[in-house]
Amino acid sequence: MNAFLADYLPIALFFVVAGALGGAMAVAAWLVAPQRPDPEKLSAYECGFAPFDDARGRFDVRFYLVAILFIIFDLEIAFLFPWAIALGDIGLYGFGSMMVFLALLTVGFVYEWRKGALEWE
Amino acid sequence: MLDAVLTVLQVTALILLVVVPLLLCVAYLTLAERKILAAAHRRRGPNVVGPFGLLQPFADGLKMLAKETVIPSRANRVVFVLAPVVTFTLSLAAWAVIPVSERVVLADINVGVLYLFAISSLAVYGIIMAGWASNSKYPFLGALRSAAQMVSYEVSIGFVIVTVVLCAGSLNLTEIVRAQEKIWYVVPLLPMAVVFFISSLAETNRAPFDLPEDEAALVAGYATEYSSMLFTMFFLGEYASMILMSAMGTILFLGGWLPLPGTAALALPGFVWFALKTAFLLFLFLWVRATLPRYRYDQLMRIGWKVFLPLSLAWVVLTAGALVAFDALPGGK
Amino acid sequence: MAAPDLFFWLCSAVLMLSSVFVVSARSLVHAVFFLILAFLNAAGLFILLGAEFLGMMMLIVYVGAVAVLFLFVVMTLDTGRPGGSLRARLPAALAAGAILLLELAFVAVAGGPGGSPEPLPGGVSNTRALGRLIYTDYAALFELAGAILLVAMIGAIVLAHRYRPGVRRQNPVRQFGRRQGESIRLEDPAVGAGVSEQGR
Repeated sequence: MNAFLADYLPIALFFVVAGALGGAMAVAAWLVAPQRPDPEKLSAYECGFAPFDDARGRFDVRFYLVAILFIIFDLEIAFLFPWAIALGDIGLYGFGSMMVFLALLTVGFVYEWRKGALEWE
Repeated sequence: MLDAVLTVLQVTALILLVVVPLLLCVAYLTLAERKILAAAHRRRGPNVVGPFGLLQPFADGLKMLAKETVIPSRANRVVFVLAPVVTFTLSLAAWAVIPVSERVVLADINVGVLYLFAISSLAVYGIIMAGWASNSKYPFLGALRSAAQMVSYEVSIGFVIVTVVLCAGSLNLTEIVRAQEKIWYVVPLLPMAVVFFISSLAETNRAPFDLPEDEAALVAGYATEYSSMLFTMFFLGEYASMILMSAMGTILFLGGWLPLPGTAALALPGFVWFALKTAFLLFLFLWVRATLPRYRYDQLMRIGWKVFLPLSLAWVVLTAGALVAFDALPGGK
Repeated sequence: MAAPDLFFWLCSAVLMLSSVFVVSARSLVHAVFFLILAFLNAAGLFILLGAEFLGMMMLIVYVGAVAVLFLFVVMTLDTGRPGGSLRARLPAALAAGAILLLELAFVAVAGGPGGSPEPLPGGVSNTRALGRLIYTDYAALFELAGAILLVAMIGAIVLAHRYRPGVRRQNPVRQFGRRQGESIRLEDPAVGAGVSEQGR
């Protein structure tokens, strides 16, 4: 195994250890504590009355809009990372091409601001 | 084969060496929070269990362990149990790459800061899963709000990290700390440090951005239906990610394990400085909670998208421009 | 068997299995969860190849952002029943699969980049190597990606944004700009005289 992958081994094992710890805690409580379920206890919380329909309903379209905008900005950040560490090598040309890229996205940002897509009422 | 087993055992022992102190820190962070809030209110705080209440966290833990695990009848059982485990696992797993001192790090990967960013963007899953699996109105609403809030602030955290990476010229956390030997980044990048701190409050759902847990509007948010150890895992996860964000802030802006300028003579070991700085940031978290009222949801989204995003983006451009103009970029290999 | 091979087989097997579950899961939400599992294993494969930057981007962009959107949509619109049976969709699915298979075969025959690339001299990390190429040699494609993102942003707003009339918005600048004189008037009325509304 080369040194590069050896660096990732602790991460993989860390997930295993942490996950096992979490699982053990869930099981421990289930084993130790008395379990006396009854229908009232197991019904969904709804401020005193019985829940009358499925809780998963339609939602404000703004949540989708936020998620879409997040993807776009996340991609922008993804492009910024290699640029940030290679900027010393690529000089003014690389700087310029990123500025054009950011300018394009700033146009979009200004558009969404003007359209009120960032408002939340 | 024997070698492989030995390596795995050795690494597992090292991991436990990180996880156990971390969980102890989480336990005492809950006590510290109650003590500090109490001090802010001029109360005493927990002082009955053990000297100065020092055994209180363990008493709380044992109490939670003795509670019944309630799984609502209409919930999706597998996802319901998985959600807190995911939150807990992610908040611990990030520590694999944190350098607590020079060369004291489990996995010194090249893209450490990206790994941290990735883990913090995955943290949203525990909450979404909990909200959906509970199949109950308040958790569902709380989870959606929470998720939208976390992704909104994720963007500004990303830009802040890019700014630091520009100055350091590396994605490796050890290199980022070493690059601060001359000057901690909190000095030249102060506005970004502030944006990072406030965004990390929002990212960990802490006051004044603890809307998902706004008890007047949403009961207990995504955790409404949770009890016993399942709830405890959300709780531990939240506090572990607070410590994680503070550690990230320490590495990115406060020079990690580097001593305060002018105190090199003290010759304190690196991890002491690291712990002190992280504790300082954690104190800020608690101080903010004791001081500020909760934000309204529209105000919170406004700050994230209309203030922090343009500000941090502009600062990325400004920093890059300044570095290029003064030819001060960290040299490439 | 060496450890990297073991991880390779593990990741590939989970990836394939979870892809099958994505298609066959009854509930759309479960399908998305399996999709996330598939993404995670794909990230693992990238890292095993030494492409750590791509692996992390897989986590940040696909798992951390794209799948969150999928979950949002599926969780709130999910009626639990994807329309149409599997059989009705089979021709389209097979066609898409065949195209992908052809492309893979083409790469396999034509050789593609071939083998594992030589590591750059001087221990340059692959993130830095990517950075050296994207913004200079492939600048045009990079700007094109920017343009596509712009189109996506505008498209999302045109499709999803609804202007709601009659909403009273907060104007923080005005709020902070308020001064005492604009809103408070101090009076000291004589006994029995009272204060007039307009009085000044």
